[in-house]
Amino acid sequence: MSLLEVEDLAVHFGGVKAVDGVSFSVREGSVFSIIGPNGAGKSTIFNLISRIYRPTRGSIRFDGRDITRLAAHEVARLGIARTFQNIELFDHSTVLDNLLMGRHVHRRSNFIQDIFFTPKVRREEHIHRTRVEEVITFLELEAYRDKMIAGLPYGVRKVVEIGRALALGPRLILLDEPASGLSVEESREVAFWIEDMRRDMGLTVLMVEHDMSLVAQVSDHVLAVAEGRMLAQGSAAGVQADPDVRAAYLGTEAA
Amino acid sequence: MRVTFKTSYDRDIDLHESWRQRGWIALLLAIMAALPFLVGEYYLAEATNTLIWALAGMGLMVLVGHTGQVSLGHAAFLAIGAYTDAALMNAGVPFLVSFPLAGLAAGLFGALVAIPAVRMSGIYLAIATLALFVIVEELVIILEPVTGGIGGIQAPSIMIFGMEFDRYLALDRFYWLCLAVVALVTWGYANLLRSPTGRSFLAVRDSEISARALGVNVTRTRALAFGLSSGVTGLAGALMGHYIGFFNYELFSIFISINLLLVVTIGGLGFIQGAFFGAILITAVPQIISILRDTGSNWGVDLGTIPGLDTAIFAVILIGFIIYEPAGLYGRWLKIRAWFELFPLARRDMFRRQKTYLKTERMR
Repeated sequence: MSLLEVEDLAVHFGGVKAVDGVSFSVREGSVFSIIGPNGAGKSTIFNLISRIYRPTRGSIRFDGRDITRLAAHEVARLGIARTFQNIELFDHSTVLDNLLMGRHVHRRSNFIQDIFFTPKVRREEHIHRTRVEEVITFLELEAYRDKMIAGLPYGVRKVVEIGRALALGPRLILLDEPASGLSVEESREVAFWIEDMRRDMGLTVLMVEHDMSLVAQVSDHVLAVAEGRMLAQGSAAGVQADPDVRAAYLGTEAA
Repeated sequence: MRVTFKTSYDRDIDLHESWRQRGWIALLLAIMAALPFLVGEYYLAEATNTLIWALAGMGLMVLVGHTGQVSLGHAAFLAIGAYTDAALMNAGVPFLVSFPLAGLAAGLFGALVAIPAVRMSGIYLAIATLALFVIVEELVIILEPVTGGIGGIQAPSIMIFGMEFDRYLALDRFYWLCLAVVALVTWGYANLLRSPTGRSFLAVRDSEISARALGVNVTRTRALAFGLSSGVTGLAGALMGHYIGFFNYELFSIFISINLLLVVTIGGLGFIQGAFFGAILITAVPQIISILRDTGSNWGVDLGTIPGLDTAIFAVILIGFIIYEPAGLYGRWLKIRAWFELFPLARRDMFRRQKTYLKTERMR
């Protein structure tokens, strides 16, 4: 049963075909990786799924529902969370507040109740906090709970962003280069977390990543793209061995 | 340094971390409430003025400090609040009804204007709000039957349950009225900041794109912030009208908008306390200047003949703060407090802003 189905997706910026006719489907409970050289359109695919860009053509279906025309903020409500390649955290808030912001789609109070801070708001806050604490425990962020984002090292921020996406309680999580800029140990940790997300939380993971060892370790399915087009699909080993993929990464020898 | 041992999530949810803090707040409130018995008429009037400015400052702080939008037109909402309140009271509506209505009118007008305006950001929004201010100013002149036009309007004296709260006849009661309003609004504001609504404001301020990805409706959130901001500013406007007594459109000039921006920036962007620090500064500086003028003339130096002295001093203060203390008066206060709490371990570099690497352009 596929959770996410992308069909003939394309977006053109003027004459630039950033993504051009990409189709794939992500099975529920699997880890799906998109690889490709810089500028291949990987992040653009993510931005199309989370509705930041409007596709020129094609369709995106999530859980059988067409989300191609939804507003960006409605996508999260369906259970799609994401991280960003260049970390988009709320810099002037604490880790705890950032994670609590991840709970936004679950809020049940309106702003008037918030102003008077009715007992209902407090009850809801307790529920949010309990969920957030689960994420903190899972990602071992206890030491950073009350720290401001602005003062945190890069590796921790990266983890906080994953945590914020998890706090949303998604069914599908989009990870945009979760291991970029991380040390070897840190990226191995990320690999374990992705495994756990899939196995223990039942999440479906869609990931863009350059680190091939991480991709090979966790992915069920790999899609290679270059210049907005699909090159190959299949198992990590199969895709890596594909001559087109090798050509895209290393260049073809001049004939 | 004090460390609070937390044993329940409530400790993070509560407004104040410890009973010590609650004690300080209670003490401050008590002193504020007892002020009419402690100081004379002149200083009490100044304190009232400061409270009104702090209220208007809180209104603008929601927008500038917590949602990251600039408004150069907040004098317009002061005007809407003042005129709505005065016109309704002249029509026989009691203050207890007209006052909330004044806030509501300003708030609804703000939210309505915000729906197209919040799609703009930065300098464009500033210009749009400036245009809004000009429109409201013209409207006030055109709607003469209601607003008194160029001639002006008298804010009737306030009666609540047969008690008079007039600015001139019963200044102490008018002061308490302002204090009560300010205290209530501050409480509501603090509540807002610890709730999902406040978090969505901060989210929109710090990263619009990830706010969207987390399911925040950015347009609606910004419009809500605009509405709340103009509503609170409207309440301040109503009180300002009563404080002045008889006013016309000239009371709400563009300089009021700019002074309000000074209140929030010098006070400390992003802190409720900043609105109060800024309001104290903005109301105290003209007084200090006039005192200096008096002492100056006693010594034979005539400062009174120098034109634009107030404006010049304000300008210098503003530039000084932007260069040396962008976090404002409240930010400076936090640093001073930390220095004492950590003594003798505080270092100069502790508050130096770190360069953030890998900061890229945000997608818009």
